[in-house]
Amino acid sequence: MSRLQGIDFVHRKSFIELNARARAKALLDEGSDRELLGPFERIASPWLAMQGITPQSDDGCVVIKGAIDGAPVVVLALEGAFQGGSLGEVSGAKMAAALDLAAMDCEVGKPTSAILLMETGGVRLQEANLGLAAVAEIFSSVLRLRRHSPVITVIAGTVGCFGGMSLAAAASSYLIMTPEARLGLNGAEVIEQESGVEEFDASDRALIWAIHGGTQRYAIGLADVLVDDDLAQVSRGVRECIRKGPRAEHRSEQVALYRERIAKLDTSQQTDPESLRATWRKSSEQ
Amino acid sequence: MERLAFEFHAKRTIAQRAHVGVVGSNDLEVLLEPLDGDHAQVTVLTSVDGFRDQWSAVLQRFFSTYDGAARIQIHDAGATPGTVLLRLRQAVEVGEP
Repeated sequence: MSRLQGIDFVHRKSFIELNARARAKALLDEGSDRELLGPFERIASPWLAMQGITPQSDDGCVVIKGAIDGAPVVVLALEGAFQGGSLGEVSGAKMAAALDLAAMDCEVGKPTSAILLMETGGVRLQEANLGLAAVAEIFSSVLRLRRHSPVITVIAGTVGCFGGMSLAAAASSYLIMTPEARLGLNGAEVIEQESGVEEFDASDRALIWAIHGGTQRYAIGLADVLVDDDLAQVSRGVRECIRKGPRAEHRSEQVALYRERIAKLDTSQQTDPESLRATWRKSSEQ
Repeated sequence: MERLAFEFHAKRTIAQRAHVGVVGSNDLEVLLEPLDGDHAQVTVLTSVDGFRDQWSAVLQRFFSTYDGAARIQIHDAGATPGTVLLRLRQAVEVGEP
């Protein structure tokens, strides 16, 4: 899919420009949304204020139960504008618990899909160990749910999805990205800081997007759907993934395929994004 | 981070609560909900210290036109006075459509 092909750039409804709550509601059937542990429950992070940081009343994680085309879903949206969408004790517990509730519904015969709207740098450093524990819980909850119903991750941008949460994104049944979105375990600045500017120049935006960007992730088969920043396209992508149902074989189960991919890499010369597409594209098609 | 509290007179009760905004750079979150009695209570948690006078002035401006008995909680991440006023008015609009 090429960039903004066939859509009216001016009159389209941008998905990126919506905040977490608005994104979640925009995907659901009108009037079906019911927020769980919303801002008025005031379950914010107890740790941030101690460190002189203003907390947010929903801890940056919006949980909304609802329906898409009449089928039950739960949408979990991370607010990228609050602390970089970072995952703390509370936001992590909200995500893991919501995924588990969806899995429990599935297990009693009420199929419920989960849609994760990720805008996150990963674990919140101010809540380090609790955030790490939360990522582990979310990961195991994703594995539990995806056997029954699709777990669909949408990375729209512009924060992207990094750190521990990139693992949850990769373990999802389906991954939807826009060209503005990025997905990576380590962000550009972390790589530059740890390995030097010769390894990765974090000021080179074209380089970053050529490696972490949605277009590249889709081209090398690590994302399933590439959409433009357009609510209608994101919504269509989500619906298609729900219709496909649980995935027969998840990426994380295709160990042989990914071993073969890594074996194919020629480390005697610098791999560039274009040649990686050529090497990996074919082997990722099922 | 600084915690501030203010109180204003109110003339009427309000029916609905409202939540607007995000605790993101230059922005703030406003939680507005009904309060019993004839006054409004505002609590502010702000990441920027030393601006009590400015908060007081912005809130006085807001309450010169708003008379609801509300409990208003603000979580601020360095919003300008103009943004604060807009978010407060947006919260009223959401709560009283």
